[in-house]
Amino acid sequence: MNSAFFLVLRRMRAPIIVLIVIYAISVFGLTLVPGIDAEGKTAPPLSFFHAFYFISYTATTIGFGEIPTAFSDAQRLWVIVCIYLTVIGWSYSIVTLIALLQDKGFQNTLTVNRFSRRVRQIKEPFYLVCGCGETGNLICRTLDRTGHAFVVIENDELRVQELDLQDFKTDTPALAGDARKPDNLLLAGLRHPKCRAVLAVTNDEDANLAIAIAVRLLNPSIALIARGRTHAVTANMASFGTDHIINPFARFAEYLALAVAAPERFRLIELLTALPESPLPEPHRPPRGHWILCGYGRFGHLLADHLRPAGIELTIIDPECNPEEMANSIKGYGTEAETLRQAGIDRAAGIIAGSDNDVNNLSIAVTAAELKPDLFVVARQNHNVNGPLFAAYGADFTMVPSHIVAQECIAILTTPLLAAFLNLLRERDEAWSSALVGRLQGLCDGLTPAIWGMKLNIAEAQAAYRALMQGRRIALGEILRDGTDRSQPLRAVTLLIRREDEMIPLPPDAFPLAPGDELLIASSLAARRNLELTLYRPSELDYVLTGHEITGSWVWNWLAARRKHGGHLS
Amino acid sequence: MNLEKVIFGFFIVLAATLNFGFFIGDIDRPELHHVYELAAALVVSLIATALKFGDRTQIGAIHLSTSLVADLQLIAAAITWAVAVHVTGEGMTASVTSSVVSLSGGALFANIVSVIILIIETVMLRR
Repeated sequence: MNSAFFLVLRRMRAPIIVLIVIYAISVFGLTLVPGIDAEGKTAPPLSFFHAFYFISYTATTIGFGEIPTAFSDAQRLWVIVCIYLTVIGWSYSIVTLIALLQDKGFQNTLTVNRFSRRVRQIKEPFYLVCGCGETGNLICRTLDRTGHAFVVIENDELRVQELDLQDFKTDTPALAGDARKPDNLLLAGLRHPKCRAVLAVTNDEDANLAIAIAVRLLNPSIALIARGRTHAVTANMASFGTDHIINPFARFAEYLALAVAAPERFRLIELLTALPESPLPEPHRPPRGHWILCGYGRFGHLLADHLRPAGIELTIIDPECNPEEMANSIKGYGTEAETLRQAGIDRAAGIIAGSDNDVNNLSIAVTAAELKPDLFVVARQNHNVNGPLFAAYGADFTMVPSHIVAQECIAILTTPLLAAFLNLLRERDEAWSSALVGRLQGLCDGLTPAIWGMKLNIAEAQAAYRALMQGRRIALGEILRDGTDRSQPLRAVTLLIRREDEMIPLPPDAFPLAPGDELLIASSLAARRNLELTLYRPSELDYVLTGHEITGSWVWNWLAARRKHGGHLS
Repeated sequence: MNLEKVIFGFFIVLAATLNFGFFIGDIDRPELHHVYELAAALVVSLIATALKFGDRTQIGAIHLSTSLVADLQLIAAAITWAVAVHVTGEGMTASVTSSVVSLSGGALFANIVSVIILIIETVMLRR
């Protein structure tokens, strides 16, 4: 049974016993004290029944008066005692109950009960997000906007309360607790049949590792995405089969190197992995040549490893490095003009402000831009709260770790086909990428398109699946029409069709669909709903394919068929 | 020695003995079954129930349920008495007395079960 209920019973034990004893004493007393009748003669005392009746209404301060007959003075004397006794008894009970309701432990029990009940009642597939800091919050907001259910565990109670204030479309169960504890993970639905994946995206490296291990042991079959920063932790995570490890530093270093080597392909990847319907990112064209890298920690090392093969010559500035041991390095922060001049800013093409201190990074960027205004500036933003500062400065390329992790989580979770498509991109040239970028940018009026997948099966595209199984030929271009007005094409780009093991990138409009095809589509969220409805409802599909309006009601369809049949005969 | 255990055992046994005191005697003779005894048995049984609240063990659960059964039976007996004496005005006739006493007999059985559980619990105790 409910543990909160037992807690109440346990705490209320003393007041309840006190009340029972007080009632018993009062009732017994009343059955012993002699009464008085109308003539003033002594009458027998009240019976148990009348005594209990009298005490019941007196103790609860209802006070009907002296029933059934007026009391004798002896009875009144006893009733005075009873009144004070029962008032004390009731006050004691009520005070205990109120104290219990305000008790932190009791409220915690109530919250946990409510949370686990709500998780148990989830009917749709959901994601379990551990950690709702900057990254987690971004993920939650995007999941909510794309209509996915999720459950949140967050260590900080204030953040959980803030979560309630955000106007999510769905009612999200959130638990304030340590996600490292297996109990909390189980409460949050780790073994729930509808739980699709677990995201370990807390700020704490070790916590993510602990969550990853707990998830692997408690539910080995579930998909697991974890954020890792250091090499030791990511290697550890990989060792026990974490499905996807996101290291924002490594990812950014890869992106920056790609942006130098193949800017169009980088632009395409940027569009495909961006959060759906967010403003289009500025195009980045980092130049080749000599670069200055400020900060040579984990991030700096990864950048150097990726940028040097891309043909960039680096000078490193770091307070820890020793110029005698490493060529092309200078000891310092890079926030002073002198150090930057030493590093050869006059002939540099770009600078990376990549330390773990936001203020230093901004200072480096501002100083460098003053020394050489046409320098390409890459700034690392460590905290989301400093976003306005970085936006005001307007670096050529800003690296926000929480954004990178959130984007990648969303891309992996919501569209498994995307990874396959990104793999195919490697073989394509810049012109191909550039053409596709042009098409994608035009889809949503200045916003990034949503990238989503759909399978032509009975669950996701009922109508289309049935029609295809009946042997109807449907070309891809035929379904990409607006469901409200079929003369308008739907603004969507089909990126990829997977048919069993065969991959067809950018299929033409005349491409014939087959049941079981998996489609990867880029469009706005509205166009997505439009197309999903078209493929799901037979009447909508029929309208889009042929232009016939079918009401969908059985009687009307039958009448229409009959009329058509009759007309044919005559 | 634990005072809580003393009080707990005291009330459980007292509930059974008071109940037995009311129950004993010819079933249809009102002069052998005094209403005060019934009232005392009911009050002590209620206190014993309250003492058993909030124990989540298996034995605690059975303790609580037997106590609730005893309460229910005794309350039913008390209501029968009140109806006969005050509502219908029929008084403690042989038939009314026997139904009140037999209801308390049911409560006695539940109380005996309670006492047996108490004994089993004590025997199983290793310290």
